[in-house]
Amino acid sequence: MYIPMKVIEAEGKALLKGEGIPVPDGAVVGSAEEGAAVAAALGRPVAVKVQIPAGRRMKSGGVRFANTPQETSEAVGALLGAIIHDFRVEHVLVEEKLDIAAELFLAATYDPVRRTPVLLATRQGGIEVEAAAKVAPYPFSTLAPVPAHWGRQIAEELSFGGEELLRLGSLITSMARLFVEWDALLLELNPLALETDGSWKAADVHLELDDDAAFRQGNLLRQLPLSARMADRRTDFEREAARIDSADHRGVAGRLIPFPGDLGLLIGGGGASLTIMDALLNAGLKPANYCEIGGNPSVWKVQELTKLILRQPRVRKLAVIMNVVSNTRVDLVARGVIKGVLESGREPEEAIPAFRIPGSWEEEGQAILRHYHVRSFGRETSIDQVVDAMRCPF
Amino acid sequence: MSILADRETGVLIQGITGREAATFTLESLRYGTRIVAGVTPGKGGQQVHGVPVFDTVAAALRGRPCTATIISVPAPFVRDAAWEALASGLRLLVIVTERIPRGDVAAILERAREQGARVIGPNSLGIISPGQARVGMCGGAVEAIRKAYTVGPVGVMSRSGGMMTEISSLLTQAGIGQSTCVSVGGDPLVGSTFLDLLPLYEADPATKALVLFCEPGGSMEETLAQALKERHSRLHVVAFVAGHFTDRNQGVRFGHAGAIVEGTQGSPAGKVAALIGAGVVVAEKLSQIPHLLRMGL
Repeated sequence: MYIPMKVIEAEGKALLKGEGIPVPDGAVVGSAEEGAAVAAALGRPVAVKVQIPAGRRMKSGGVRFANTPQETSEAVGALLGAIIHDFRVEHVLVEEKLDIAAELFLAATYDPVRRTPVLLATRQGGIEVEAAAKVAPYPFSTLAPVPAHWGRQIAEELSFGGEELLRLGSLITSMARLFVEWDALLLELNPLALETDGSWKAADVHLELDDDAAFRQGNLLRQLPLSARMADRRTDFEREAARIDSADHRGVAGRLIPFPGDLGLLIGGGGASLTIMDALLNAGLKPANYCEIGGNPSVWKVQELTKLILRQPRVRKLAVIMNVVSNTRVDLVARGVIKGVLESGREPEEAIPAFRIPGSWEEEGQAILRHYHVRSFGRETSIDQVVDAMRCPF
Repeated sequence: MSILADRETGVLIQGITGREAATFTLESLRYGTRIVAGVTPGKGGQQVHGVPVFDTVAAALRGRPCTATIISVPAPFVRDAAWEALASGLRLLVIVTERIPRGDVAAILERAREQGARVIGPNSLGIISPGQARVGMCGGAVEAIRKAYTVGPVGVMSRSGGMMTEISSLLTQAGIGQSTCVSVGGDPLVGSTFLDLLPLYEADPATKALVLFCEPGGSMEETLAQALKERHSRLHVVAFVAGHFTDRNQGVRFGHAGAIVEGTQGSPAGKVAALIGAGVVVAEKLSQIPHLLRMGL
């Protein structure tokens, strides 16, 4: 399961500002006093917005407005420490409230059907924009920078003219360029506000970055410390699994995600894990975790993951199920699981309700499992049949 | 018969000196794939299991005409390797590397469209036409390939390479062989979708039916369903959709652009509904697939 990095609004706005795209004046604060000071310095009504990597902040009460430093202090105080969309609010953005004459929705993202990036633009900005009538996508190239006239053309089609058109056109062209340069998966300005004085400002920004491009985006990522910290929401269990995974390059543990049940799982690969979880949940079994084992993991890696999963307080048993594997050595996984179970002080026969990995070295793997009387299955038993068999122990 | 690759297809391996590539090169040769050359910049003059290695694609192709390449180089170098293959006129690129930046994938696919070349993947385990050739690494070692894949009338398209072998093995156990199996790749952007490959299967006299392995996300299933609704296909299509549990475990969506581009598409429940609406038989359990196929064969 791939998770892109979501950039906090304030850090996203700082990036935009650095590229010449205007944003409201403001600052991130961590206390009511700081909030009041920022409002006093701005000297005008302000918006107070929680800084969490999630959308729908307005609807969930994470955005307030204040007319005075005193009101700002109260709003900041009320929001700090609140839990919104499972995030604890530690930072809020205090920024000037805009005098908005018109609002636009502008976004760049990938279209999986066209297989190009597209720019989406509509005058029906706001928080229900996806419910609005169909938004025409403007595809653009990743091979060459988009030309300036492309942005002007979109601005004209949005029915702007004069200075407003020129500024908007150049802003749209910049967005397409930054989307590619930053390796973004989403760059959304919603709304892009036209102020009563004729200037455009990005009132809110949603930016998601491609984790797979992190190797070449070091400079950008260094400017986003708050986003990086908030993006890592892993539990201790997930962190420990990741540590085991990275300690040995052979094989991958995928991402271990905790679930509320009592049945520990070593499952894989990616497509099979989805299939196995569905089959388990349909059968009324209660998984304690999700994972996607792949490649050819070492005995040590499997053994440590086995111990980690069995150590979780709720976990009673550990099922081991994979699709017919191409590169995984069945005997190494079998040995790792048995060693892990024994080192956890458990009997393999009792702790492992099912072991099903068909593939290379399967005879050797089966021999190990037979020695410990573990109930094992081969390719002739399909994934859902293994799960059915687990419901009836004998 | 088959699609995309057969025993005549000449194949180049970019990144052949890598550990994984060297292994699948050996096993593919043993299976019968016609591998003509390998490329690793800086390692020209070496050999990998008897296959000559060159520094560039152009040098590899001199006197060794071929049409297909497998790209198995580290993610940061895939874009350049693919562009090099396209610049040399290769027609079929199978990209097995995973975790390639999405911008690079878009740039590869855009140039491939300009040149009229076909891309399978990225994050694909490859293509196999049983009994003829394997272009990629699906199935593992030659003994394992022969156990899982057999010759027959069913095309398999899968978003998961591992599940392609699982399903083919299931069919083989039931006495149903395969014409060509394609691991289309697990990424949101892939060179060839189910719909892109459908006409090839329809034009292949050996293929009588198709099995699809579907996953959450994207709109590959929905676009195929839409096309099947609009025109008659001679192929009997059976699909399995994995990941229903993700419908119940969705996070709060960030931003609106995804919802505009994909609309209501992407959820397993929606994919099942679209496929059924298009006359596709959807298997609730994996083990039902052979039976559901037989009903249409």
